[in-house]
Amino acid sequence: MTITGKNKNKAVVESVAQIIFTVCASFAILAVASITLYMILSGTPAIFKVGLKEILFGTVWKPTAAEPKFGILYVILTSVVGTMLAILIGVPVGILTAVFLAEVADKRIARIVKPAVELLAGIPSVIYGLLGIYLLNPLMYKLELKIFAGSTTHQFTGGANLLSAVLVLAIMILPTVINISETSIRAVPPSIKAASLALGASHIQTIFRSILPAAKSGIVTAIVLGVGRAIGEAMAITLVSGSSVNAPLPFNSVRFLTTAIVSEMGYSQGTHRQMLFTIGLVLFVFIMLINIALTKILKKGAAEDGE
Amino acid sequence: MKTRTNKVLALIGALTLTMGSLAGCGSEAGSSTASSSTASSSAAESSSAAASESAPAESSAAETETKLSGSIQMVGSTSMEKLANALAESFMEKYPDVTVTAEFVGSGAGIEAVTAGTADIGNSSRNLKDEEKANGAVENVVAIDGIAVCVDPANTVEGLTKEQLTNIYLGQITNWSEVGGADSPIIVVGREAGSGTRGAFEELLKIEDQCAYANELDSTGAVMAKVASTPGAIGYVSLDVVDDSVIALPLEGVEPAAENIKAGKYFLSRPFVMATKGEISAQNELVQAWFDFVLGDEGQEVASKVGLITVK
Amino acid sequence: MGNDTLYQKRKRPGEAFLMAAIYGAASIAVLLLLGIIGYVFFKGFRVLNPAFLTTVTSSLKGTVGIAGNLLNTLYIIAITLLIATPIGVGGAIYLNEYAKPGKLVNLIEFTTETLSGIPSVIFGLFGMVFFGNVLGLGYSLLNGSLTLTLMVLPLIVRNTQEALRTVPDSYRSGALGMGATKWYMIRTILLPSAKPGILTGVILAVGRIVGESAALLFTAGSARILPKLGTNLVENLSRIGGKILQPGGTLTIELYLQMQNGEYEVAFGIGCVLLVIVLLINLLLKVITGNARKYGKQ
Repeated sequence: MTITGKNKNKAVVESVAQIIFTVCASFAILAVASITLYMILSGTPAIFKVGLKEILFGTVWKPTAAEPKFGILYVILTSVVGTMLAILIGVPVGILTAVFLAEVADKRIARIVKPAVELLAGIPSVIYGLLGIYLLNPLMYKLELKIFAGSTTHQFTGGANLLSAVLVLAIMILPTVINISETSIRAVPPSIKAASLALGASHIQTIFRSILPAAKSGIVTAIVLGVGRAIGEAMAITLVSGSSVNAPLPFNSVRFLTTAIVSEMGYSQGTHRQMLFTIGLVLFVFIMLINIALTKILKKGAAEDGE
Repeated sequence: MKTRTNKVLALIGALTLTMGSLAGCGSEAGSSTASSSTASSSAAESSSAAASESAPAESSAAETETKLSGSIQMVGSTSMEKLANALAESFMEKYPDVTVTAEFVGSGAGIEAVTAGTADIGNSSRNLKDEEKANGAVENVVAIDGIAVCVDPANTVEGLTKEQLTNIYLGQITNWSEVGGADSPIIVVGREAGSGTRGAFEELLKIEDQCAYANELDSTGAVMAKVASTPGAIGYVSLDVVDDSVIALPLEGVEPAAENIKAGKYFLSRPFVMATKGEISAQNELVQAWFDFVLGDEGQEVASKVGLITVK
Repeated sequence: MGNDTLYQKRKRPGEAFLMAAIYGAASIAVLLLLGIIGYVFFKGFRVLNPAFLTTVTSSLKGTVGIAGNLLNTLYIIAITLLIATPIGVGGAIYLNEYAKPGKLVNLIEFTTETLSGIPSVIFGLFGMVFFGNVLGLGYSLLNGSLTLTLMVLPLIVRNTQEALRTVPDSYRSGALGMGATKWYMIRTILLPSAKPGILTGVILAVGRIVGESAALLFTAGSARILPKLGTNLVENLSRIGGKILQPGGTLTIELYLQMQNGEYEVAFGIGCVLLVIVLLINLLLKVITGNARKYGKQ
């Protein structure tokens, strides 16, 4: 590198430095590789023992019975349905709030709300769970008693059900969605807005026809991150969701992929324990798919921006 | 940055050194806190060596008592949390140089940890299974616990029979009015599969894995909290944790109380086990002192203080 | 809003609806979020007192205190950062200063991205199996820290990278052109200029560590005792150092356990403490990024 290059010592330091930095950078590869390896190593034995079909399509979860059943279809469906519902509630509210903060709101209001949103994006998710148990579950129980009054077929859950968990998740992802969407809306060049307004479009038309499409890739990132956060959350919803394995209906007590691992890991042993790792593997596969989708979308977004 | 890398290297070195010396000190002091699974066999050797060394010194135990130092690690049942913490706290008060740590991860995991050598004591809120005994775990019953069936404080039901309780948990009785209470739905709360309390409860009622739970919670405290805050809920917990926030129902007309369990009248009871790898006499000095304490007057007093039934 | 168009406004009922939706959604979100902060703060604030912050929960005396959890949190933050910061910064330097675009870089960037997307439960399982069983660390603060290192690595890498990118190329060519070695240039030019960015990454990492629960429950456990200190300095040091091999629960873990046991008052108390910590972290970030901007203008 140096012009003279006479100092041998320096050259050694140079190459050592480069090697160290390369090792540091490869650390991420090593980490992901070993996580993948260990998830597969610990997740597959149960698949061979129980059979993939029975695991993925079985609906009965009785891991400790004399004749154990390890069907996790309801658990998978709960994670999928729960995440989708949380996204359906959280994302529109989040994006509209981001629009409000970036485009509509008085600067003074934005100045108060923005730090609050940032604060909430940073607080531990268990706090959302705490509020869910303390405030949401009792409310949900009252609703349950009203809706199912006199029903003999409904199993009463005391408010710990899918709906409660979905609401907790939706509120939990809200700050993330607002933050990222708002940043990307603000990053839209002012010229786009000015051009749209100058052509006679109204403010609303400008927002929905020009600004939001221009901020698309940021908003998609926000949604994907929201999905990732919702599907990966465990502690906040273990107690709020009731944690019994049932079909994902709004007022059923349900168990997610994450909560299935957390709630039974403590006492499990043998095939039951291996099965929990298999659930971990299923979750891992879901997340990898989401990650790959995210990188694809981001690359596409970058390519479009480049055009 | 070079100096920084050096610092980091030095730190890592220091870390390994500390780990090594700690493991070394540990076995010298007679603690068997295994710092690595590969070292567990050697730790076991050294602890048995320590035990044989300490055997002749036992007579002078009274004088050396206060000199005990090292650490004891317990792993196991969440139902035993209160007992284990209280025992640990009073033990550490008596022997200030000893650290007793307790992790509450479940009975099965506790016994697994003690047989694998990663913990000194495995807490289990059920009798050991034959396969666990075959792996070398020894059952030391330190107290007896009753399982209380509790309901929220506003519930007017005065008691349940074994049959009624069974039917409630099977989902065949779904309203309190069917068992003499108000007209409100029953919310069946229980523990997660694998829990010692659930295992004991279902086994004692002979309804293994047939229960229709509306809530499967993963700790004793969670069940209590849910029952206390949910009108119409029913749940089962260790007798020792029951407080004013819930009502513990009499079963078959018998109050869940220590004297009734000792007399064998109350049918929902189970042992609290502190499992060791090999007999207590084969443990190191520290663990032996622990069991002397736990099974002695002081330890049993702690047990009865937290609501358990003593074994002596 | 009325002066957006020059001409007479056409009546657009759809627009009124959209505007109402924006206002409706925003007011729901804002009220909800401000409500959460206010609720946790005021509910928890009443629980806080000096004893709560400086003592350890005692089953014998029936008192509650979070000093042990505070200490555990500090331990985990310190150990994690000690390991993750050099690796993260080093990795970012490689990616920005040494690497040529190619498969390796793509792979590193993809895996870094992946690491930040893996849910914490998975990290917890991995830490439990790999650091806990394979490396034999069991439940310990060290195990928890190593697991969290993997989690916070992407944050540090990405923020350092971003900071390095903002250092003008003229600095690099200037230094190199004057005969400095690349390593010397990195050490004296790049790292100092990238310091605010690195700090940002580190503080974000602290935030992530403070908020983590699922990954730590399986790796660091939940113990809450303080190390006992005597008068012997050497012994004290070995106890303080030895604690990293013992289990310990952070504030967030304790919050989870208290909430599970229905001790909502205590849980809200811890929640309030966490809220204040996150608030401080955010303020610190503002100060750092604010300063960086100021320096940038000079």
